[in-house]
Amino acid sequence: MKIKKSAGDIIADIIIYIFIGLLALICIIPLIHVLAVSVSGDAEVYANNVWLLPKSFNLDAYKIVINDPSMMRSLVYTIFITVLFTALGMFLTICAAYALSRDRLKGKKVFNVLLIITMYFSAGVIPEYLLIDRLNLLDTTASLVLPLAFSAYNMIILRTAMLALPKSLEEAAQIDGCNDFRILVQIMLPLCVPTLATLTLFYAVGRWNAFQDALYYIQSDELKPLQYKLYNLVNASGSTGALSQESGGAQQQSAEVVKSATIMFATIPIVIVYPFVQRYFVSGVMIGAVKG
Amino acid sequence: MKTKTQSKPEIKNSPGFLFYLKRDWQLYALIVFPLLFAIVFKFLPMLGLSIAFLDYKPIRGFSGSEFIGLKVFKEIFTSKDFFVSLRNTLVLNLLDLAAGFPAPIILAILLNEITCKWYKKLTQTVLYLPHFLSWVIIAGLAYQLFSPQSGYVNILLQRLGGEAIPFLTEKYHWAASYILIGVWQSMGWGTIIYLAAITSISGDLYEAATVDGAGRWRKIWNITLPCIKPTIVVMLIMALGRIMGSNFERPYTLSNPMVTEFSDVIATYVYRMGLQQNRYNIATAVGLFQSLVGVVLVLLADKFSKLIGEDGIV
Repeated sequence: MKIKKSAGDIIADIIIYIFIGLLALICIIPLIHVLAVSVSGDAEVYANNVWLLPKSFNLDAYKIVINDPSMMRSLVYTIFITVLFTALGMFLTICAAYALSRDRLKGKKVFNVLLIITMYFSAGVIPEYLLIDRLNLLDTTASLVLPLAFSAYNMIILRTAMLALPKSLEEAAQIDGCNDFRILVQIMLPLCVPTLATLTLFYAVGRWNAFQDALYYIQSDELKPLQYKLYNLVNASGSTGALSQESGGAQQQSAEVVKSATIMFATIPIVIVYPFVQRYFVSGVMIGAVKG
Repeated sequence: MKTKTQSKPEIKNSPGFLFYLKRDWQLYALIVFPLLFAIVFKFLPMLGLSIAFLDYKPIRGFSGSEFIGLKVFKEIFTSKDFFVSLRNTLVLNLLDLAAGFPAPIILAILLNEITCKWYKKLTQTVLYLPHFLSWVIIAGLAYQLFSPQSGYVNILLQRLGGEAIPFLTEKYHWAASYILIGVWQSMGWGTIIYLAAITSISGDLYEAATVDGAGRWRKIWNITLPCIKPTIVVMLIMALGRIMGSNFERPYTLSNPMVTEFSDVIATYVYRMGLQQNRYNIATAVGLFQSLVGVVLVLLADKFSKLIGEDGIV
């Protein structure tokens, strides 16, 4: 049913469109600025001439980042642990969500409570650190993959999605002689693709972005994920950042450009993957996810 | 001990665990992996909480450490640093709630008013993006933009005839920046849950209101808001339950030596005491205190939620 809009409505529409547009701009401008700086000439950046458009365009800073062997190794290593972590996290989440969405599972309540408690109560940094120490996992890849692999929050989202599927599907499959493994793999998972895609992104982005656990557990340089290296670089005072030393020459501002290039270097993978999964967000995830 | 003849009829009446294990072994096989992870990495560390009551030193280990009761807690509750971090945690979280909680609700309602599909999709995509950036990157962006000398925002301000603002280097400005950066990061993503709630409102309601001559704001005020109220209430209660919680990476990456008086929260205090100064028992006790208060708040929030007739969250 359409009703002609009044002049006041049109004005309100325009204001809303502009307001939302401005907010979106505020969200993207910092990235555009850093991108512009990262591909601009040192002198122009030094003279504060670069806002949103690059001046004297060049890719030297990216060449410095890419030619730094420790940076490239860290990128490959971070991709490796992200894939490993995401695969393990999805496996555990699917296992728990399916089992806990079956009413006939005896002991479901106990399992449920045990898993949900992990969301609200944690032993804290030191006991967890001592555990990793006891397990001889300090300064290993496993310390970045195993401890956080199971997320109760993601499990709840997937369980909610599975419970929303019609029961008759499962019953029909059971009559046809399907066991649980087959029902899960051939019926549930294909029907939960939007949710699975979104949760995969959650796990992957979570691992990609985290540096807290690396800060606690990792000493060796070759086991440091990209974010940790980025943190050290961004926080390195003035021009003493590891990368800018290699670039030599025009110190502080050159460091600024290299810093920007490194920030983009760690951001671009997310910006590339994210739009593909984004369309699933509303449909795939949040409906009913508030409830435990 | 039961004999065989006694136990047999019992199985028929109410089958024992073995019966279910045999029938649903596949389900148990599935649940065993996540349970194992939860037990090893979440429950096993809880044994380590005993450190909070020990005169613990890393070299001595658990068995060599003496039990000292609540002495560690006494030391904490007389420590000025602890109270500063507690105050900062609470104040920053409350400010976060005041600024960050209404923002996604308003934004979701406004987004819902946008009828142009591509514009809505585009702006949503961009608005969600900050949620997927790490705090390291966000802090990097913030320092690039807001630093007093070379930050471009300050350069723009000065060119427009204003003065440079110490966004991140003076403690009150820092606190405001910290909150606004948080809103910037979470506002867009936060709309998802409200947009989902809004889309489930029946279109009939709006049509009936239109027929009755209700304008846009009347419809928002009298239909949209009341319909998403349950979601708002649950989200608010969950947020209140987290008021003692503290993210580590956000204050850690955004802080700098000039603002530690405001930026030191419990998470960073625990890190400093525990992993930097090796005062394991103090750090453990503070963590335990924070976890316990957090759980009590969550349970209270849940009780309250059920009390006012909304769904619980636990």
